[in-house]
Amino acid sequence: MSSTRGRTAWILAGLVPAAFLLALLVGRYGARIDETFRALFDPESAPDVLRALVVRVRLPRALAAGCIGANLAVVGAAFQGLFRNPLVDSRILGVSSGAAFGAAVALLVSAGTIGLQASSFAFALLAVGLVCLIGLRFGSAPLVLVVGGILVSAFFNALLGLVKYVADPLSSLPAITYWLLGGLSDARWSTIVPLLVVTALGLAFFLAVRWRLNVLTLSEAEATALGVPVRGLRVAVILVGTLMIAASVAVGGIIGWIGLVVPHVARAWVGPEHGRLVPVSIGLGVSTLLLLDTIARTALPSEIPLGILTGLVGVPAFFLLFLRFLRVRGEAR
Amino acid sequence: MTERRLVAESVAFAYRQGRDVLRDVSLSVGAGETLFVLGANGGGKTTLLDCLAGLRAPRSGRVLLDGDPIDRLTASERAKRIGLVPQIHEPVFDYTVGEVVLMGRTPHLGLFARPGRRDGAAVDRALDAVGLRALRDRIYTAISGGERQLALIARGLAQGAACLLMDEPAAHLDPRYQHQVFEAVTRLTSEGFSFVVASHQPNHAFLYADRAAFLVGGRIETAGPPADTVTEETLRAAYGLEFELTRGSAGSRAVLPRVLRAQDGSR
Repeated sequence: MSSTRGRTAWILAGLVPAAFLLALLVGRYGARIDETFRALFDPESAPDVLRALVVRVRLPRALAAGCIGANLAVVGAAFQGLFRNPLVDSRILGVSSGAAFGAAVALLVSAGTIGLQASSFAFALLAVGLVCLIGLRFGSAPLVLVVGGILVSAFFNALLGLVKYVADPLSSLPAITYWLLGGLSDARWSTIVPLLVVTALGLAFFLAVRWRLNVLTLSEAEATALGVPVRGLRVAVILVGTLMIAASVAVGGIIGWIGLVVPHVARAWVGPEHGRLVPVSIGLGVSTLLLLDTIARTALPSEIPLGILTGLVGVPAFFLLFLRFLRVRGEAR
Repeated sequence: MTERRLVAESVAFAYRQGRDVLRDVSLSVGAGETLFVLGANGGGKTTLLDCLAGLRAPRSGRVLLDGDPIDRLTASERAKRIGLVPQIHEPVFDYTVGEVVLMGRTPHLGLFARPGRRDGAAVDRALDAVGLRALRDRIYTAISGGERQLALIARGLAQGAACLLMDEPAAHLDPRYQHQVFEAVTRLTSEGFSFVVASHQPNHAFLYADRAAFLVGGRIETAGPPADTVTEETLRAAYGLEFELTRGSAGSRAVLPRVLRAQDGSR
């Protein structure tokens, strides 16, 4: 048991830095890898252009990819436990739909990058806030929140359709469409600071409470009988998780499937116990999104939107994993 | 009333105003005693267990745990002293048996804490007490229903609770596992633990209860030795059905619904 745990830790300790290094070394700018390596570790000897590229472009982009991967994965894992449903991810409470609408409005009025981030972040919080109001009125049972999330998402999707309908088909409509596909090409130091701060605090929170997340997977009566004030913990998880996802979407747009698939990979690897599941999900989320973003940047002459890539990889992976999950439970052949 | 570990005094409870599920329930359980609460479906047995566990606040009356009003205890203090053993269920995720029992250590651990060696030792002791030590690393969803019920008892023991409330522990179990679960309950009772068991099986009260009571119309009339309280009259009052009391060769008691006898005779 403990040797498996040790091996898991070593694999992740190797995987995460390797993916990070790869994201810094590889790119469409035609520098040799050893040159880039020197730009990273011996800046004096490297050409200025290359050093600027690595430090000002690739480094913030890699940090953004790592943060977003970690956030999507850990919040997906926590929400799957909280809603006792392996099919949900961080979008279940409407955060992405709200963010998409907010971003579309900002693009419609050409509000600039900061305006875009602020609007997307604000509407993401508003959407989840509406779901929480439904929870306050009708009870915070998982089913109430899930139904509330579906309704609020549908409402914001309709609003998003309205914005697209009135958007200029030559300028703002393509911008909206491209943003909705997700991508990190706008990630710069100046735009990722809020994401870095929220991610650091959010990950610290989830790592600290991770063992107690197990109790959230029990029925409310059982958890209460075990001495856990369930509602308080549930609200804290939803609040912190929503902030993390809203900050992620504001920078990277809609990036699907990571929050659903990575926790399943982690569970297949180390089991459902959140003491192990949370750190493993974080490590896998970071390395997966770093690798996919590196591919998105380099595979084709022009960049592939990241959300498309996560879908192309995520759907087959989920297909295989979820069928395995169902087969273990005797619900699939 | 000294030494009574868990006492309910005139407990009344309503989910909606004017519709009392519990009208006037008084009962008590001592150390080393098992009390069976019998009664019809929808008669309020689960609600009563929730009130006894401190999960629901009575409309009037009170619940005392070792003399302390249960609503005055903090959640974790309460969970160290009284445990709820739910009906077996299918969890969504494939925890191991050890991980399920380890969750019983929650009231002993702070919000940011993770279980350590002492908690692992408590899990081992709890699993030993119900004879499940060998299944510690097995997947909880892959063991039998009876073993799951025993694991849930072990979780209550890992809480450190001396008083455990059980909701229909025999539901969905075959006779052998029913006996195995109650054998564990009887053994733990002889070691000083207290149990309140909500049950649909009057015959189990004869076999395993120190005292038994009927919850009828939101009230408990009398609690006492099952031979005194489980009678043809109380059964008829509780279920609206005629019963016949029979005796086994070793003097054991059992009840049968009379309807079944009549059908046998007509064949």
